[in-house]
Amino acid sequence: MSATARDPRRPPAWDVLIIGAGVIGLATAWRVASRGLSVTVVDPDPAGGACRVAAGMLTPVSELAYGEEPLLRLGIASRDRYASFVAELEEAAGHETGYRRDGLLQVAFDSDDLAFLDDLRRFQESLGVPVEALTGRECRRLEPMLAPSVRGGLLAPEDGSVDPRRLTGALLVACQNAGVRLVERRADALIVERDTATGVRLDDGAELRAGKVLLAAGAWSNDLKGLPDGVVPEVRPVKGQVVRLRARAPFLGRATRGLVRGSSIYLVPRADGEIVVGATQEEMGFDTTVTAGGLWQLLRDARELLPGVTELEFAEVSAGLRPGSPDNAPVLGASALPGLFLATGHFRNGVLLAPVTADAMAEMLVDGTVPEVAAPFTPDRFEPFEVEARA
Amino acid sequence: MTTTDTTGMTGTTDAREHADPLVIAGREFGSRLIMGTGGAPSMRVLAEALAASGTELTTVAMRRVDPAARGSVLDVLRRLDIDVLPNTAGCFTAGEAVLTAKLAREALGTDWVKLEVIADEHTLLPDPIELVDAAEQLVDAGFTVLPYTNDDPVLARRLEQLGCAAVMPLGSPIGSGLGIRNPHNIELIVEQAQVPVILDAGLGTASDAALAMELGCDAVLLATAVTRAQSPAAMAAAMRHAVRAGRLARLAGRIPKRRHAQASSPWEGIGTS
Repeated sequence: MSATARDPRRPPAWDVLIIGAGVIGLATAWRVASRGLSVTVVDPDPAGGACRVAAGMLTPVSELAYGEEPLLRLGIASRDRYASFVAELEEAAGHETGYRRDGLLQVAFDSDDLAFLDDLRRFQESLGVPVEALTGRECRRLEPMLAPSVRGGLLAPEDGSVDPRRLTGALLVACQNAGVRLVERRADALIVERDTATGVRLDDGAELRAGKVLLAAGAWSNDLKGLPDGVVPEVRPVKGQVVRLRARAPFLGRATRGLVRGSSIYLVPRADGEIVVGATQEEMGFDTTVTAGGLWQLLRDARELLPGVTELEFAEVSAGLRPGSPDNAPVLGASALPGLFLATGHFRNGVLLAPVTADAMAEMLVDGTVPEVAAPFTPDRFEPFEVEARA
Repeated sequence: MTTTDTTGMTGTTDAREHADPLVIAGREFGSRLIMGTGGAPSMRVLAEALAASGTELTTVAMRRVDPAARGSVLDVLRRLDIDVLPNTAGCFTAGEAVLTAKLAREALGTDWVKLEVIADEHTLLPDPIELVDAAEQLVDAGFTVLPYTNDDPVLARRLEQLGCAAVMPLGSPIGSGLGIRNPHNIELIVEQAQVPVILDAGLGTASDAALAMELGCDAVLLATAVTRAQSPAAMAAAMRHAVRAGRLARLAGRIPKRRHAQASSPWEGIGTS
C-alpha cells in the first residue's frame, strides 16, 4: 500500500496513527477511516484542549486581515463545507452539533471603529466577498438587545457557528462507529527508523507502529521527542479566556462581534440558551490560569455591546491554548520527514477549518495528492522565513 | 561633517550616519528607530517588519508576554539580534509599574525600562503624577529609566532632573496615527534636554517620523503605524528611511522660511559668471 521504507519483519499495526484527538485529529480520523484505512488516535484527554474552550464561530469573513487573503479562501471553503459535513456527521453519530448558519453581525460604537469597519468592508468587497453595511438602527432591528449607542455594522450573511463540544462529541462517536481506535495516553516520542517516521512511543513505554503518522497536537505540536530539527514549524500556545453565560429567554439571535474602543469582543448564542463570550489573546506560554483581568475585560466589553448581559446566569470561565503558527495559518501536509504528516497551527480557526482540513488530509494520506485549496499551506512555506530570520 | 568629495554623495551620507550613533546612557545604537511590537497580525509579519525597520532596540509589554515561552515575541527579537526594551504598558499606578519593571529585570537581566503609567483606557495618556513617582523609585533602584510622557516641557525637565536616561514625549495619543499635534512643545523639550529625546506614540506615516527628527528629536519610537499598516514590512522600510532623512535634514540645517520667492540661481554662489 505504501512505498515508504519499512522493516518487513514488523509490519505496521495501523495504516495511519494520529497524535491528537482535538477537533482536527478527530475529524481527520473519521474521514480517513471512512475511506477504509485503519486508524488509531493517541491523546491523553480526547476532545480536550483548545476545542473544549473554543466558541465555535464559523466567521472567516469578519476575521479577514490584510495579507491573509489565502486564509480567507481556505476559511470560506471550510465554512461552505460545514452543512454537508455536519449532516453526514450527525447521521453517522446520531448526535447533533449545534450547527447554525444565521450570519455574523459585526458592530461599531464610535467613529473610529466605524471607520475600521468601512475599511474592512471595502477590503472584503475588493475580494468579492459579499457583506451588508447596516446603520445602527438596522443593527438593532436585527438584535434588539444591542446597546443604543451602536453606530453601524456589517452583516456577513453566510457565516455561522457550531458548538465545538457537541461537534467533538459527535466526532468521537462517529470515529468509534468507523472503527477508529482511541488510545488515551500521551505520545512521548516519535519513532524514526531509516529516516522515516514509523510510529510513536507512548508515555507508558508502549510503541505503536503505523504506515503514516499525522501530528495534530495543537499547541503541543513541538513537544514530541524525536522530531528532527526544522521538521515542524514553530507552533506556540496563544492563551484565550472564554466566558459562558446562560440566558433563560431569547437574548441574541446570531453570533455578534463588537469593536469596543478598538478591542474586539464576540458573543455566540446556542439553541439551549448558552452564550459564549470571547476571547482574550495572550502570549503567556502554557498557562491556562483564569485571571481577574481577563474575566473583567470580557464582561466589561460584553456589557458595552449588550447591556443586558449582566442579568444572565454566569455558567463558566475557562482558558485554552490556540496553536499559533508564525503566519497564523495552518500547516497542512507531508513534512520533510518521510512518513510524518502535519495538521497543526490552526490558531483561532481550528473549529472553522476542521472540515476542509479533514478532507485535505484524507486526500493526502489516502491518495497522496495535495488538493488545490491546501496547496498554499504546506509545511515547506516556512523555510525562507527561517533563513531570513537567522541572517 | 563637511566634505570636499562632490562625486560620492552616497558614501558621504553613509559615513555621516555611521559617525552619528544614538547614545542612551552610554549605549550606542546605529539606528534611531526604536520599534514596538503591539498590533502585529502574526509573528511572521512582525519579524519581517522588524527586519525591514533596521531597528536595534524594540520594546515589549512585559505584562503581555511570558519571557520563558517558546515562539514568543522575545524569541523573534533574539533571532533577529534586536535588544529588548521591556515596558510597563497596562499599568495604572506607580506601584504596578515599579513591580512590573522589577519582574522584567529579573526575567530579562536588563535594568532598562520604558516606563509607562497610563491614566485611563480611553486616551491612554500618561498619568504625570504616578509617572514621576514611579520614575523616582526606579531611578533610586538602579534602573535606566526611559519614561513615556506627555509633551509637557516642564514635566520632561522634571523627569530628566530626577535621573531619567531619556525623555519620551508623545506626538499624539497611542495608536491614533494623528502625528505630532504640538510641534512647538516638542521643540521646547528638545531645546532644554540634556538627555536624548525620543518621540513616542501617535505617529501615522513616514512624514511624521521625519518631522520628529527635523524638530531635533534624537530618535523615534513607533509600533502601530507599522504593525497595523496594510503592508507592515513596507511601512517599516519607509519609517527607517524617514528617520534617516529627518536626521540628516536636522544636521544639514534647513533654510529659513521666507514670505516671498527667492530665485535659486541668483548673482552669488556656484554657477554664476
